Amino acid sequence: MAEQEKKQSRRDTTKSDTEEVTKAAAPQGEEITDRIDDLLEEIDSVLEENAEEFVKNYVQKGGE
Amino acid sequence: MAIAKILGTETEFGITVRNQPDFNPVLASSMVINSFAGGRARIQWSLEEESPGRDARGFGLDDGAASEIETGLVNVVLTNGARLYVDHAHPEYASPECINPLQAALYDKAGEVVLARAAASAQMLLEDGQRLLIHKNNSDGKGNSYGAHENYLMARELPFGDIVRFFTSYLVSRQVFTGSGKVGSENGRPTVDYQITQRADFFEEEVGLETTLKRPIINTRDEPHGDASKYRRLHVIIGDANMSEYQTFLKVGSAALVLAAIEDGAIPDPLALADPVNTTWQVSHDTSLTKAYELADGGTVTAMDMQWQFHEWATKYARTVDLDPVFETVLDNWEEVLTDLETDPVKTADRLDWTAKLNIINEYRQRDDLDWDDPKLSLLNLQYHDVDPARGLSHRLVESGRMRRLFEQSAVEAAVEAPPPETRAYFRGECVARYADSLVAANWDSLVFDVGEETLKRVPMMEPLRGTRPRVEGLLDSCTDAASLVEALGGEDGRAGEKAES
Repeated sequence: MAEQEKKQSRRDTTKSDTEEVTKAAAPQGEEITDRIDDLLEEIDSVLEENAEEFVKNYVQKGGE
Repeated sequence: MAIAKILGTETEFGITVRNQPDFNPVLASSMVINSFAGGRARIQWSLEEESPGRDARGFGLDDGAASEIETGLVNVVLTNGARLYVDHAHPEYASPECINPLQAALYDKAGEVVLARAAASAQMLLEDGQRLLIHKNNSDGKGNSYGAHENYLMARELPFGDIVRFFTSYLVSRQVFTGSGKVGSENGRPTVDYQITQRADFFEEEVGLETTLKRPIINTRDEPHGDASKYRRLHVIIGDANMSEYQTFLKVGSAALVLAAIEDGAIPDPLALADPVNTTWQVSHDTSLTKAYELADGGTVTAMDMQWQFHEWATKYARTVDLDPVFETVLDNWEEVLTDLETDPVKTADRLDWTAKLNIINEYRQRDDLDWDDPKLSLLNLQYHDVDPARGLSHRLVESGRMRRLFEQSAVEAAVEAPPPETRAYFRGECVARYADSLVAANWDSLVFDVGEETLKRVPMMEPLRGTRPRVEGLLDSCTDAASLVEALGGEDGRAGEKAES
């Protein structure tokens, strides 16, 4: 049981440390949105055309 | 003390050609592999020492009368010691034997580069408008699955029953950090929008020999590819192919560590589940990671708590033995990932495929107001795994700095060419590089040379830790051709590593 508590406390410590670091380093809301928009636009530009047809025709034989 | 956990991965890749009405996956796979072979020698695969039908439980199928050298199969042995071939209807890359989990992750990634280059070469043979695509995934979303297997060297003296007993719950619960993510469910499992792994839906047995039907959590294939009196090769078939280097490292690193602990009797409790098969897909379907599962002796446990328990046992075990220092990193990464998954799975999106993919999908759903059954989400689900660096979405995430890498690209490219120096893969790879014209066949534990005499000369390599660079480089440097190598090794009965030791 002592071990269980120890594990619990280690996990709690790690958690709060990580949160603080994340808060300090995290970009502001607008910046995040811009970065996500840029990424999605980049993905848009490489995505296969005609998703429906592509997904329908993607059939593999089983393996292993 | 447990034996060194020599390890490697095998990946069957998805293959398709857009706009080719008579697409044939076997022909396309052959074309891809021949394209990579190019001017390289085509070395046949020898089946002499292979017996995929042998069962670790000791009551399995006879291994039958395999021909000595398998002809007609498209097969290339690479200078890095890997095997590239057509398996069923997929191109498959089987990595060389690696000395530790970090190296195994490196050579796994090198396999992706091999396939990407092979696909680019094969593309040039296609008609205008046709496009060859290779995916490092494990399911087509329509009920067909193909494998990503891991191999670990185990001591023969460890009873196989101990592996079944102590490894099953680790495998079932590790899915929380080994999954590559999948839209929907397959194989008659309950409907779900998104799940953690590609493969969980397909596992139907606890223990068994099959890999293509009724897939088991613990596979009993007993084909050691080495001295069968000392070793077994544990063939782990319940895992996803990962795009994330970090994730491959954590997957094989934690498994190797738990297996070493099992070998040394350091896992005190099997944490036996009441119903491992159904728990397998249930863990994969629960992206909240909060569900509890029944234990065989009563009580319940979450997948996360099972992983914390294995992590704790592995940490304690690592303190008592002299392991490769890379296992310290395994333990740190393992703890970090479990901590982040518990806080919020999204926090692991820089390291784990399933959360990275889910993140993109959620961002698309939000921006374009898409339902879960929108084909665009299934497309994202597939294209995440495209090995082409320009098209693959995981590559886009790495490029944009959203996902971590473990390796410099130059290191991965070097691993496409050069074998691991610390295992017998070194001898195999170097012989391919130096004596390809005389090397007529190869497999994991032998090489067969034609040096112009009446009989072929076979060089057995039954010890995975012989044939290493320190042991054979000097010998290879002193032999300008295969004939002098065979002579130096003492002909047919030569043992590359032993000879090099003396």
